[in-house]
Amino acid sequence: MADVSIRKVVKEYEGGVQAVKGIDLDIADKEFVVLVGPSGCGKSTTLRMIAGLEDITDGEIAIDSEVVNDVPPKDRDIAMVFQNYALYPHMTVAENMSFGLRLKRFPKAEIKVRVDEAARILDITELLDRKPKALSGGQRQRVAMGRAIVRNPKVFLFDEPLSNLDAKLRVQMRTEIKRVHQKVRTTTVYVTHDQIEAMTLADRVVVMNHGRIEQVGPPNELYHSPRTRFVAGFIGSPAMNIMPATIEAAGGGLAVRLSEQLALPIPDAKVARYRSLVGKPKMLLGLRPEHITEVRPHAEPGIVPFSVQLDVTEPMGMETLVYFKIKELEICGRVNPNAGARDNSPMQLSADLNNMHVIDEASGLVI
Amino acid sequence: MANASSINPPSIDKSGPRRSSKYGSMKRDRTWALRWSYFFLTIFAAFSLLPPIYMLITSLKTSAEISAATNPWWVFNPTLSNYIELLTSNQFQIFFRNSAMVSILVVTLTMLISVPAAFALARMKFWGSTTLATGVFLTYLIPDTLLFIPLFKMFATVNDWTGIQLMNRWWVLVLIYPTLTVPFCTWIMIGYFASIPKELDEAAIIDGASWFQTMTKIFIPVAFPGLIAATIFAFTVSWAQFLYPLAFTTSIDQLVLPVGIITSLIKGDVFNWGQIMTGALLGAAPPLIIYAFLMDYYVAGLTAGATKG
Repeated sequence: MADVSIRKVVKEYEGGVQAVKGIDLDIADKEFVVLVGPSGCGKSTTLRMIAGLEDITDGEIAIDSEVVNDVPPKDRDIAMVFQNYALYPHMTVAENMSFGLRLKRFPKAEIKVRVDEAARILDITELLDRKPKALSGGQRQRVAMGRAIVRNPKVFLFDEPLSNLDAKLRVQMRTEIKRVHQKVRTTTVYVTHDQIEAMTLADRVVVMNHGRIEQVGPPNELYHSPRTRFVAGFIGSPAMNIMPATIEAAGGGLAVRLSEQLALPIPDAKVARYRSLVGKPKMLLGLRPEHITEVRPHAEPGIVPFSVQLDVTEPMGMETLVYFKIKELEICGRVNPNAGARDNSPMQLSADLNNMHVIDEASGLVI
Repeated sequence: MANASSINPPSIDKSGPRRSSKYGSMKRDRTWALRWSYFFLTIFAAFSLLPPIYMLITSLKTSAEISAATNPWWVFNPTLSNYIELLTSNQFQIFFRNSAMVSILVVTLTMLISVPAAFALARMKFWGSTTLATGVFLTYLIPDTLLFIPLFKMFATVNDWTGIQLMNRWWVLVLIYPTLTVPFCTWIMIGYFASIPKELDEAAIIDGASWFQTMTKIFIPVAFPGLIAATIFAFTVSWAQFLYPLAFTTSIDQLVLPVGIITSLIKGDVFNWGQIMTGALLGAAPPLIIYAFLMDYYVAGLTAGATKG
């Protein structure tokens, strides 16, 4: 049980390549923090620096208020779960889980109590005598988690633990990890490239890109108020539509112009915020697919109807994804399956501009 | 190639049902492949098995029958006298004991050096580790025949400085053979250790294992087939070594088996063929037995090291 603080941490590899370019992050006791980003964004390197598997080039990392830059991994009191499980193939499940405790010369009775308890939490009691090769992927992942739990460490580190599992099992294990964290309440740092995993698991999500932190916040905050273009595009699936736009004065208010034919009036509540942008070049409109829907029967403020020619529709059952083009740019919307969306046919849609984002293309910041 | 015409149906014939002829040709193709395999395997088996069989037949003959002009591939008066004579001979027992001592000590020494060396070269990154790993392999490429004259010189120097006599001592072979076995075994083990996923030692280190514990508790058990392969190699090399003991040992009580058989059973131009063959067969027995029991490990070790390394 401990907090983790990362101060201006830099990781530079030989040859001057910077994987992590000075990041600051405070992780509270018992918190579940997910580092997410595309491959090569420095998330795994950051995790490995917390673990002590990589040297820290600059800055400092503290666990439980103690700076651990020069503390070897075994003395940091952390446990790590790897993507490929990294179970010791010649040991049984029980031996795998107890390896760390045996090295620390724990009494046998104590080891047994802890292994049994962890096995009970993870529901692998009947597997304790098996070797890893006799286990399925999901079972191996549980054992890897068990090995972490029995140590009762200050911090759990997960390095893309679900990436080797098939889609269905991944969803199951995701729930499992959340359940285990609710039971053991250990500070957890979890690395993934999957934004859905990040959203579902995290107390707070840390979005990283190019070795820097783009934004830190609870999942919903990241989703609804992204601070940068990268976060806006990365979080959410299907991704947010981001299209070139200009803000122009229209009547007493403002409108956002997407093409010669299409200009959508900006809701009054947002006019003040965007007034200074009128006529500025290189603006982008960000609108999530769920805010482009079929026309609602009752007019509501900020919801603007417009008509398009659909290209493709993808029925998902509970909704239908519709794709159309504005100035050669593919836009995605989510409509009711009964709204009558058909491939290659015109349709009336409505855009909910109450949830619009305007992004400055030059700085990449959401305004 | 001889069966190529039988695979492709003649182009003129357009009446035959294409599908069934194709299916048939594939089956025929496999049959032919099998026949060729057996043909070459038989030649190969005969090539490698005839000498030992000839040795066995000769070892069961009396000297009189060996020199008589009878069918060399048949024993008319089988006798175990060669075996009894050799096994009860004091000399042969000394040769056998010397060989066993040298081989066991060499294997132990080799493993004690090459396993930690391979672990260090495969896993610990330190200045010059890659160069060292290549260097280990290059050492193995130096032919041993080039080394024994410099070694003579070194033994003489050691004798000059310390007064310790290294010539004509069986135990000095224990110091020489590792120059052949250590580089190769280290190389095999580097390949094998390198095939172990990096996360495994990282997990062990996070679990609190030291480098030494990671090696003994994780790497050695996981790489056990490779270890067996290396052990067998070291044993075979030191058991079968002929040149070094011939050059460095001379007294009967210091000789190892291969040299001992030649030295004691060939007197001038008189070859005691029956006993030479018996001695060679008995000498080949220990490696044979070891191979028979550990063959699966040996194959697994060599291939795993080769493909994943």
